Amino acid sequence: MSSAVVPTSAAQDRHFAFDGEDVAEVCLQPSRAELFGNGRPPQRVILPSSSEAFSTDARLASVAPASRLAVRPAPEMVSSGIAAMDALTGGLPRGCLTEICGPASSGRTTLLLSAVAAATRRREFCALVDASDTLDPQSAAAAGIELERFLWVRCGEHSDHARHRHAEHDRVEHDYFEHGYVENGHAEQSLEQLLRVADLLLESGGFGLIVLDLGDLPPQTARRIPLTTWFRFRRAVEHTPTILLAIERQSIAGSCSSLLLKLGSIKMGLAGNRACNQRMDLQCVMPTHMQLLTELEITVEVVRSRMDRKPVRSVGTTFSSKTAWAG
Amino acid sequence: MPFACIFVPNFPVAAIFRAEPELRAHAVAIFEGRPPLEKVFAVNENASRVGISPGMTKAQAELCSELTLRPRSPLQESATHAALLDCAQSFSPCVEEAAADTAILDLAGMESLFGTLPEIARNLFRCSADLGIDGNVAVASNPDAAVLAARGFSGVTLIPYGKETECLGPLPVEVLFADQAGSASKGGSHKKDKEKISGLRKENEFLETLDRWGVRNLQALAALPEIALSERLGQEGLRLQQLARGAASRTLVPIQAPAVFEEAIELEFPIVLLEPLAFLLNRLLDQICARLSARALHTQELRLTLELQNLAGINPELETFGIPSESDEAADLQSRAQHFVSGRQSKFCRTLRLPLPMLDPKLFLKLLQLDLNAHPPGAPIIKIHLIAEPARPRSAQGGLFLPPSPEPEKLELTLARIAGLVGEFRVGSLELLDTHSPESFRMRHFVAKTAPPDKLRKTSEPAEEEKSPVAALRMFRPPLRASVTLENGEPLRVNCSKKKEVQGNVLWKAGPWRSSGDWWERKAWARDEWDIALQNRDEVALYRLVHDLLGGGWFVEGTYD
Repeated sequence: MSSAVVPTSAAQDRHFAFDGEDVAEVCLQPSRAELFGNGRPPQRVILPSSSEAFSTDARLASVAPASRLAVRPAPEMVSSGIAAMDALTGGLPRGCLTEICGPASSGRTTLLLSAVAAATRRREFCALVDASDTLDPQSAAAAGIELERFLWVRCGEHSDHARHRHAEHDRVEHDYFEHGYVENGHAEQSLEQLLRVADLLLESGGFGLIVLDLGDLPPQTARRIPLTTWFRFRRAVEHTPTILLAIERQSIAGSCSSLLLKLGSIKMGLAGNRACNQRMDLQCVMPTHMQLLTELEITVEVVRSRMDRKPVRSVGTTFSSKTAWAG
Repeated sequence: MPFACIFVPNFPVAAIFRAEPELRAHAVAIFEGRPPLEKVFAVNENASRVGISPGMTKAQAELCSELTLRPRSPLQESATHAALLDCAQSFSPCVEEAAADTAILDLAGMESLFGTLPEIARNLFRCSADLGIDGNVAVASNPDAAVLAARGFSGVTLIPYGKETECLGPLPVEVLFADQAGSASKGGSHKKDKEKISGLRKENEFLETLDRWGVRNLQALAALPEIALSERLGQEGLRLQQLARGAASRTLVPIQAPAVFEEAIELEFPIVLLEPLAFLLNRLLDQICARLSARALHTQELRLTLELQNLAGINPELETFGIPSESDEAADLQSRAQHFVSGRQSKFCRTLRLPLPMLDPKLFLKLLQLDLNAHPPGAPIIKIHLIAEPARPRSAQGGLFLPPSPEPEKLELTLARIAGLVGEFRVGSLELLDTHSPESFRMRHFVAKTAPPDKLRKTSEPAEEEKSPVAALRMFRPPLRASVTLENGEPLRVNCSKKKEVQGNVLWKAGPWRSSGDWWERKAWARDEWDIALQNRDEVALYRLVHDLLGGGWFVEGTYD
């Protein structure tokens, strides 16, 4: 014996085919009368289940067809601090994971610091989990980050010890070679620390932006993060106002990221030689040593975005970043 | 004018029960004295049932296998007394410290704040129970009647105005002398002891006289004719009769209880593991937080002192825990430890400083646990002493339009956990130093302070969004040593053995930017900085190349990204 409980006012006589069998569909949506009507609770009846077919119908009644599943509300988009980026993507989505990937010197950190600066300008608290301890405080301050609202977690203990040792031993050369920058063993340790710290920060809540900086980890190490971890992170930020941003060399979160941006290699702008620097060219660009590096041209491409319902396409934009001393 | 009295019967035993609540169901005897002349000083009801009584020697008491013996603990008694005063002061600012086990409150005007007198009495009883004290509470129209009722009746007693004689009548006359008997047992100077002993003799004479007259309870004493009583017992007799009638009136002598919140446990056996220590810390923190809560206070600093068993391997010299370098950073740190020797036993101190006043025993316990995990005491613990510095509770007005911020308690715990993972000095907010030297910053403890709304308007500048982003540098920590081929003093080719992608011909260079400083100190620095573009396979990357002028090496300090 089986039975199904449905509101009578909601049941409608519609049919749809299911595995070649005509199955009665029972709509579970409340009617307008229930929502706005007489104020009484909807009447409910127990449908009889005398026949086998009806029992199947009733079981299937609890399965809503995909066409009528509620559409997930679009996430709130906030400014990334770069007008061209905002025009391209609409900003950074809250409650979602955003991946920014690209090679070295592609502008990932510039984008990261701009996003953090924009968040601190909105009076939000931000956290950066730095897997390789690469943040330059002067750059952070120059980007306009309110340092009081910015939590920096420096993973990988070895680098600090090495620096201390270097200072104490009065610049002994072999120290740098003994404690090299993020070797594979250290990278794994850093990665483990990063994941645990990210878990703690997401659990703590209250941050407007959490950045996971995996930019200098070897790709083979970064790819060891299981997909379940990214799913967990995505679930943790879902329905919260937190933006989770991951900086990587290559995309590693797969379908867990709602927005995937790929940055291309940069082009340089040089003071006094701008005409020649439209494109990086070894033969053309050979400025004298007194020339200044004033701006970097950053190319951004949207590889994947779940915010718009249009088919996936790659669209790009370019914007310039100035150097701190360029004024 | 109504008065209330909280009386803790069998105070030394109650103090032990407050520290070790699990002993309540056992037969417990408290002993004191110098070995081997230790004598049982106080017993609980279960111990009396099995034949243990005060005055027995410790050796005699030990013959009873069910009995739990504890040494008398002045530290726990003083903590219980302080808790008693805290309980009283949470209801009235006018509190008299009648004895170690008795506190009298003036309840005039308190009915409008705390409800009717029966409600106040019940709440007082509940509050004392919350603080771990099994006390009797009595409310009467004068302080002495309240004291007698609290000493004579267990639980909550309310004596209506004008019915003092009837209510106090059934009490035995011994209750009139319980005050002196209690204070005589507390100890003190030699002169005071003599005075107390003479007082006790006098009381015994009174009791004998009353016994001979057949006066057994206060009702009988109250009924005696006043003139005849004064002829036989003098003014003291009349005073006792006034007390027995509940008609004595006096003004309270209020005290200002010091805001000292400390709890301690002396351990019979030393603790080696941190887990049992956590149990005891939990108990102490619960007690301290209950006391702070009773006084409507929070705390911003917890000081934990562990007395360690003196082991052969422990360095007896003063030792300070913390990071070995960066003394400026260490000054701002949340916790600090000292390990020093006093007499024959060494002490281990940890201080937990909180950014905001808080009152959550579970949070404090977790923070102390994380701190002790990172800095273990290093020897068995025989005594735990915890002090909380009181602070006014923080008043935060949340705004409807303010962005969300981390909860301070949750954030503190998260930061402590992260510090346990990555290191104490590798998490926090940044503070730039006023110097051009490399790595000129320090880490500060991160505090989520919400700005007032007026500040919010000032700082949000729409023009900021319009500006171009600033190119950022990614640092290599430590900098990568590189071998550089020079041409006319300028880098031509860079080769870095530790990072394969940082090598190649220099496509473009700008520099050198020379800087130096701190030449008057040992850590003087002088360097030339170059901004260079390197081509590695198809990719071009920008780096900052540094020539250490003092050390003479080339380093790749970071990449523009």
